[in-house]
Amino acid sequence: MAVPRSSKAVFWIFLAPVLCWLLLLIVLPHLDLLRMSFAGENELGDMTWTLQNYRNFFTEPIYWNTFLRTAVFSIITTFITFLLAMPVAFYIVKVVRPRLQGAMMLMLLLPFWVSELVRIYGWMILLRESGVINHFLVKFGLIDRPIEMLYNDATMIMGLVYTSMLFMVVPLISVMESLDDSLIEAAYDLGSSKSVIWFKIILPHCKPGITSGSIVVFMLVLGNYLTPNLMGGKNSLWFTEQIYNQFIASFNWNQGAAFGFLLLLLSSLIIWIGLKLSRQKLGEVAS
Amino acid sequence: MKKFVMLVLVSAFALTGFAQAETLSLLTWKGYAPQALVDKFEKETGIKVEVTYSNNEEMIAKLRATRGAGFDLAQPSQDRISSVQEKYKIYQALDYTKIDAKLFIPSMLSAVKKNTQVAGDSFAVPFCWGTSGLIVNSAKAAGANSWKALLDDKYNGRVSYRLKRPTLIAMGFALGYDPFALYSDATAYKAMLDKIGETLIAAKPLVKNYWANGDALLESMRSEEVFVAMAWDAGGWKLHENNNVIDFVAPKEGALGWIDTFAIPSKAKNLDAAYKWINFMLKPENAGYFTTTEKYATASQGANAFISPEVRGNFERTFPQAAIDNIKWYPPVPAQLESMEGKVLDKVKAAK
Repeated sequence: MAVPRSSKAVFWIFLAPVLCWLLLLIVLPHLDLLRMSFAGENELGDMTWTLQNYRNFFTEPIYWNTFLRTAVFSIITTFITFLLAMPVAFYIVKVVRPRLQGAMMLMLLLPFWVSELVRIYGWMILLRESGVINHFLVKFGLIDRPIEMLYNDATMIMGLVYTSMLFMVVPLISVMESLDDSLIEAAYDLGSSKSVIWFKIILPHCKPGITSGSIVVFMLVLGNYLTPNLMGGKNSLWFTEQIYNQFIASFNWNQGAAFGFLLLLLSSLIIWIGLKLSRQKLGEVAS
Repeated sequence: MKKFVMLVLVSAFALTGFAQAETLSLLTWKGYAPQALVDKFEKETGIKVEVTYSNNEEMIAKLRATRGAGFDLAQPSQDRISSVQEKYKIYQALDYTKIDAKLFIPSMLSAVKKNTQVAGDSFAVPFCWGTSGLIVNSAKAAGANSWKALLDDKYNGRVSYRLKRPTLIAMGFALGYDPFALYSDATAYKAMLDKIGETLIAAKPLVKNYWANGDALLESMRSEEVFVAMAWDAGGWKLHENNNVIDFVAPKEGALGWIDTFAIPSKAKNLDAAYKWINFMLKPENAGYFTTTEKYATASQGANAFISPEVRGNFERTFPQAAIDNIKWYPPVPAQLESMEGKVLDKVKAAK
């Protein structure tokens, strides 16, 4: 089909803002960061090109240990989020009456109407040693004296799961909607057990949703700064915090930029491995 | 929907139109621009003050990112100006003729001028000063009067401090070093930092948390979750107002003295307003109001008459003459130390 010349112009006119946005706000700053990550100072304080910033990451154990820790915790968080989101999504799509579905979605969205900082402070008020939960536990005689629930890894993961739930539930809901109920009914008719239905019918059908949800959650958690910092307390050096420290505390923008790119590369690598292991292609997931 | 969007756009334009009135954008610390003074300044001069809260490190990073643009006035600490200025050129030399020198305590003004000098020009005037020391709950931790209390397992789980450079300096003094004397000797300084890092990692189990936000620390002191903390004097005095078992204590190794200043970023747009704000804030009655509400000591000459007796009492209670003489004032920080410090701090935070 021949496209009239004018409509082609219209196409470019409408595309232009998007391209400008991508170029000015994403591509250009990244190019500058990339340049910065290869720059360094020699003994005289002059600028030189160097790979030292990248080498530092691999030679200094605390840097790659922090990255490893961040990556492992992000994977754990993603998995827990998936375990929790699956039944929630199933309930909303298949169990609850259609009229209530909207209300349910709204309830999921509700916490996201306030900023992440406020949500985290809310959790801190609940969980701290002199906080609400401890107060009631002591009052009802369940514990003798308040215990500190903040500042450990478990609390941090809970906070991260809480902030990323929605991003897992939404893609799961959209794939589950296309799941034909009659498939499940047929499986029941043929006498299969519940676990078989979950593993042979529901999970395979939801695979694209699971993958795209997992990618989003994994990236969000890996790039999170507030939650690990505020809820994780004293031993939770998160990789993003390390980037922040390089930029802000040490004034070493070159090192910070290199860390930023390493975060980008390594997290892409992890996702690529994840896709390979689950035998999926990014194109299929995105569609 | 379309109408609504139009409405939003139109009102947005209208708002920016109003904002065209003369403004001063101020990059400062929390509490350094009390609302009452901002309002008073606007009434006197017609200039609106836009306040952005920050800390030393972020101030430098913000100004460095824009090469000194975006703000008309900043308030870095005096020890963090000269090396930063040498390297990044983010401030402009102050025009001391536009500043009313009579408003300042003379010795403080000349000290700041001297410490912020780069190539013959000076870059700052003092605004307020204070110390870092210990905030102690004397009912729970009687007699804590040394930086070593932060490492004492008597207070297991009841200790809190920041993971920032003042903590390293304090620990240096606690371990018997003189960090300021080592500023000029990078290798010796590194050796001291390594030792401090080990100490802090060993003491990590005792720490409740590393505080990042002053209000959050005060809250955990108030709720008696923390007994001993390293923090600023003003915070301790604020707590003392409501609960007099909690107070600021100048450690026997000497409290760490800082002076926060006014410095003008190199691409400041509204210079006139910046100088006006400096002179306004140092006027005795305004400086007195600032000290009374925020508890930070002022660099203003003659503000004493305007400071409430309780706030003056704080100072006299905490700082007998010997403690004043023992204050360790931060000298200007040489440039390369901060990345060494950053690495040690990262190590401490990452350690199990």
